[in-house]
Amino acid sequence: MPTLRLSELAYARSGDKGASANVGVIAKTPAAYDFLRGELSVERVRAFFEPLGVGNVVRFELPNLGALNFVLTEILEGGGSVNLRIDAQGKSLGQAILEMSIDVPATLLNEGTRHE
Amino acid sequence: MATLRIGNAQGFWGDAADAPLRLASQAPDLNWLTLDYLAEVSLSILAKQRERDPARGYARDFIDVIESLAPLWRSDRRLRIVSNAGGLNPQACARAAIEALRKAGCENLRIGIVSGDDVLPALLDAHRTDAATSAFAHLENGRRLGAVADRLVTANAYLGAAPVAEAIRRGADIVITGRVADPSLTVGPCLAHFGWAADDYPRIAGATIAGHLIECGAQVTGGISTDWLTIPDPAHIGFPIVEVLDDGACIVTKPPGTGGHVNERTVKEQLLYEIGDPARYLSPDATVSFLTLRVVDKGSDRVRVYGASGTAPPTTYKVSATVRGGFRASGTLLVFGRDAIAKARRCGEIVLSRLKEARCEPARAEVECLGSGAAVPGVLGEARLDAIETVLRISVADPRREVVERFTREMAPLITAGPQGITGYADGRPAVREVFEYWPTLIERERVRPSVEILEV
Repeated sequence: MPTLRLSELAYARSGDKGASANVGVIAKTPAAYDFLRGELSVERVRAFFEPLGVGNVVRFELPNLGALNFVLTEILEGGGSVNLRIDAQGKSLGQAILEMSIDVPATLLNEGTRHE
Repeated sequence: MATLRIGNAQGFWGDAADAPLRLASQAPDLNWLTLDYLAEVSLSILAKQRERDPARGYARDFIDVIESLAPLWRSDRRLRIVSNAGGLNPQACARAAIEALRKAGCENLRIGIVSGDDVLPALLDAHRTDAATSAFAHLENGRRLGAVADRLVTANAYLGAAPVAEAIRRGADIVITGRVADPSLTVGPCLAHFGWAADDYPRIAGATIAGHLIECGAQVTGGISTDWLTIPDPAHIGFPIVEVLDDGACIVTKPPGTGGHVNERTVKEQLLYEIGDPARYLSPDATVSFLTLRVVDKGSDRVRVYGASGTAPPTTYKVSATVRGGFRASGTLLVFGRDAIAKARRCGEIVLSRLKEARCEPARAEVECLGSGAAVPGVLGEARLDAIETVLRISVADPRREVVERFTREMAPLITAGPQGITGYADGRPAVREVFEYWPTLIERERVRPSVEILEV
């Protein structure tokens, strides 16, 4: 199976909500959405952000937009004004998740990465 | 008028100062300009200003914006404004705006003031009556108010669009509010213009989406987009406009000839910005579902967004309270050379151990080596530890100012005692800043009384 970076299949945006952050992952194609819906499980995303001290990961599906929304609770401990980290507002989390390595079926190579 | 054109030219306090005049000039058919100044803890900063001077407590930058727009009003342009620049003191903000407008020779303008969002007395009362009250507990972690009641600075309910619409119906050209939910700045003009009923939730949901899309200014026109490096003319990025229709659908666009772009991607990204459950986006005007939305790229920087569904809003208003939380400071130094990360780490340890030896150990401390993936430490593995240089950033926080002060004097000695290649101390000692914690909570709607006042320029 070929390995891709998530950025080849999707784009993303993240931001803060109090001490939580959200990461929206938007698939570039319907085929990529169907694949990522199976691949980007709560467990996988939680493991990816584990080093940041994430609490719960809640996943919401937006099939109408071809998107998944992940809410990462407590990942910005204390929230934007209290957290001492350089990225106190979770702005970098979208770019971070796009670095994730994903094994994809060869059939997705053309269908998943083409721009709309 | 079948379409209401609403722009945003201030996504946060500190956004491009000339954006309002630029957008108004680039879009001669714009009906409303929304300007957002209030982030979660902004009101605590305004509280400090009001302590020093009772005539302050609002976003002063807004008065500069009003002055910059005065020539448009003098030339009889019908441009109207909704802004939460009033902060903690919308009345004082309105007085300052009126003074600026008169000085600039503008006449026949009406200023609407929306207030009533201040609910600090309700929180203080609840605690006075019962120190162990479960009322106004922290919305995210359930902590009780008693834990912070003696450190409360501000508490403001996020009002909805209804009082904004009332001010507009009473003739306001410029509506100045305190805390109002960001999308409601857009929904207010829609309610007044289209005459929607207060419980016409599907339409209100559509306008709420429109407001959500433009409330962060250039974020929907290519700003912070994944493909930012490819956006055209980023130095002149356009600010967004929504053309809202009577059914609540909208076209997201920007003025022709400006930089950035509006396309399916930028719109989808901004739809997902800072949301939780997309089936239940809570605003004071409606509970909105994003799951029925459709996004259609019409080309030429025009994207149609329609199909939002809406039901009644919650019976509570969200409240954003702020709590004094001690002090903090951050200092940086550049470490260049072989083993830069290891050297920087050791510098961090030195500073923290010196503070400990001086009995000034801070309650919280963070040592970061910027350039090694420090924005998400550990997430990208160890692959980035061979950098030739790193910015060492040390941050501390403590309830005692003197502890944080002491820290600010412990960075400079590294310039001579630290590793070869340590540099970048031109900015001098780090500044000590007061910390305000964010305390989100809820209040029953009937306990909040929004009020509207109209003044003539």
